[in-house]
Amino acid sequence: MNPPTFTATPLVRRKLRQERLARAVLAGMVLAMVLPLAAIIAYLVVQGAPLISWSFLTQNPSNGMRAGGIWSALVGTIYLVVIALLVSAPVGVLCAVYLNEYARENWFTRLIHLAVVNLAGVPSIVHALFGLGAFVLFAGIGRSILAAALTLAIMTLPVVIASTKEALAAVPMSFREACWNVGASRWQTIWKVVLPNSISGILTGVILQVSRTAGETAPIMFTGAVFLKKIHDDTLFPYALTDQCMALSMHLYTVTTQVTNAPEALPYAIAVVLLGAVLLVNAAAILLRGLLRSRKKW
Amino acid sequence: MVTPTPKISVENLRLSYGHKEVLHGVSFAIAPNEILAVIGPAQSGKTSLLRCINRTVEFTPGAVMSGTVRVDGEDLMRMADVYGLRRRIGMVAPLPVGLPLTIYDNVAFAPRCAGLTAKAELDARVETCLRQAALWDEVKDRLDSLGTKLSGGQQQRLTIARALSHDPEILCLDEFSIAIDPVTTMRIEDVLQELRAHVTIVLVTNLTQQARRLADRTMFLWNGDIVEMADTDVIFGDTPRDRRTFDYVNGVFG
Ligand SMILES: Nc1ncnc2c1ncn2[C@@H]1O[C@H](COP(=O)(O)OP(=O)(O)OP(=O)(O)O)[C@@H](O)[C@H]1O
Ligand SMILES: [Mg+2]
Repeated sequence: MNPPTFTATPLVRRKLRQERLARAVLAGMVLAMVLPLAAIIAYLVVQGAPLISWSFLTQNPSNGMRAGGIWSALVGTIYLVVIALLVSAPVGVLCAVYLNEYARENWFTRLIHLAVVNLAGVPSIVHALFGLGAFVLFAGIGRSILAAALTLAIMTLPVVIASTKEALAAVPMSFREACWNVGASRWQTIWKVVLPNSISGILTGVILQVSRTAGETAPIMFTGAVFLKKIHDDTLFPYALTDQCMALSMHLYTVTTQVTNAPEALPYAIAVVLLGAVLLVNAAAILLRGLLRSRKKW
Repeated sequence: MVTPTPKISVENLRLSYGHKEVLHGVSFAIAPNEILAVIGPAQSGKTSLLRCINRTVEFTPGAVMSGTVRVDGEDLMRMADVYGLRRRIGMVAPLPVGLPLTIYDNVAFAPRCAGLTAKAELDARVETCLRQAALWDEVKDRLDSLGTKLSGGQQQRLTIARALSHDPEILCLDEFSIAIDPVTTMRIEDVLQELRAHVTIVLVTNLTQQARRLADRTMFLWNGDIVEMADTDVIFGDTPRDRRTFDYVNGVFG
């Protein structure tokens, strides 16, 4: 009654050794990335903690931004992010659908593709100048939430297009052929099969743009953000689209560099709120994505 | 066999992908309710030929088709409604493709695309097609589970059911049985025999026996040319017209 024996040959031992090594190195890389991140967040929270409270969130800044809360900046950021994504997400996704599903491969579409990829790498300060010229001056919108949000939308658009194209291209060609074979039109194929199966990838691309939009300072500084503005804290929509607004990213910049004698914890507290807001939006979007993904299946 | 108005007639059909011509001017005709087997070595253009018949080859960038293909005497390239054309043709690809939808939706997909919405009618259509594809008994209790979760052979039969779901006049089967066990294959072959009463079938197959069992005539396609097209008995018999046919069928192709 011998159990089947297994004696490790040198070859097997070497494989196992390699396997252990690879695992250790890869896990080490993950740690090397996670630890600093955790450290940053912990540091911010500890430093900002004395100031963070409900009233910090819901009061306007006062006393030359040295006291009070950040209500008008928080609301301003929400306005900017929501409006910018309301513009860039649908436009970007539809562009990508056209480029990936309809456009024929020729020099013109290759040129567009090249432009999209390059635009995604243009520094935000350049987008800021463009926004200033195009929306504030040329279109005559003036410095306003609308102009700033549109500038942010232009900035995120190429990235949304590129990531959506990627997600669409990941849907196997055979699915499309199966649909075409039974007489489905391109649009029916896209609507019933391609989009449902790429929606989670598309959302991922859009989600990543939330934090980028919320964090940028340069584009809004030129086009619609102001240092200080107080708003009513008892209405649902305190800003009008043509108003200028405060924003968290810019507020953080202001209190660190322009305001003397601000409480030491203030910048950290603002950073924590900015981070928290972005994480909240991301969490919501990831939840939605998980919901959609649980229906996906091949 | 060929009647004055063939179901499909192909004249001097050329197809190239980019600079590579894969069909060098083929001409043939298929009579209504005929079963035509197409045999030939890999890369000979069998799949491409089928893709010309339902014009899905147009979705391939760089594909250029010339010559005429007629269905019921009507020129394919002049048809305004290409979706209508594809709905008259059922196409089964060699690799099973379960769409990432439920089994029910997989089969109801085509009728719905064509505008059918009545639940009772859809139910009946789904059941008929799944029965014809010899899949009904295995899936009737789980019609709302995912088509992609079926086994490979079951997915292939699902593909067949989908190809039948829009009630086609022409059925193109591209090596449909490579993922299906012999017993089930025989059941499907029986269904094909029944279907021929009102459907014309083009059957790409590399199984000599299958061609013999089913086909009225057989076409031997080689490198984009028709070497020989004749009654199945002749092609697989001792005296096909062309030496290459004999060699290929008997496995001595060099
Ligand atoms: N989408 C495509 N793009 C470019 N070339 C293609 C494409 N599809 C097929 N070809 C080429 O066309 C030729 C014929 O291919 P086809 O698939 O029609 O052959 P087949 O007879 O079906 O082969 P098999 O028996 O292996 O299925 C091959 O040389 C192939 O490389
Ligand atoms: Mg083939």
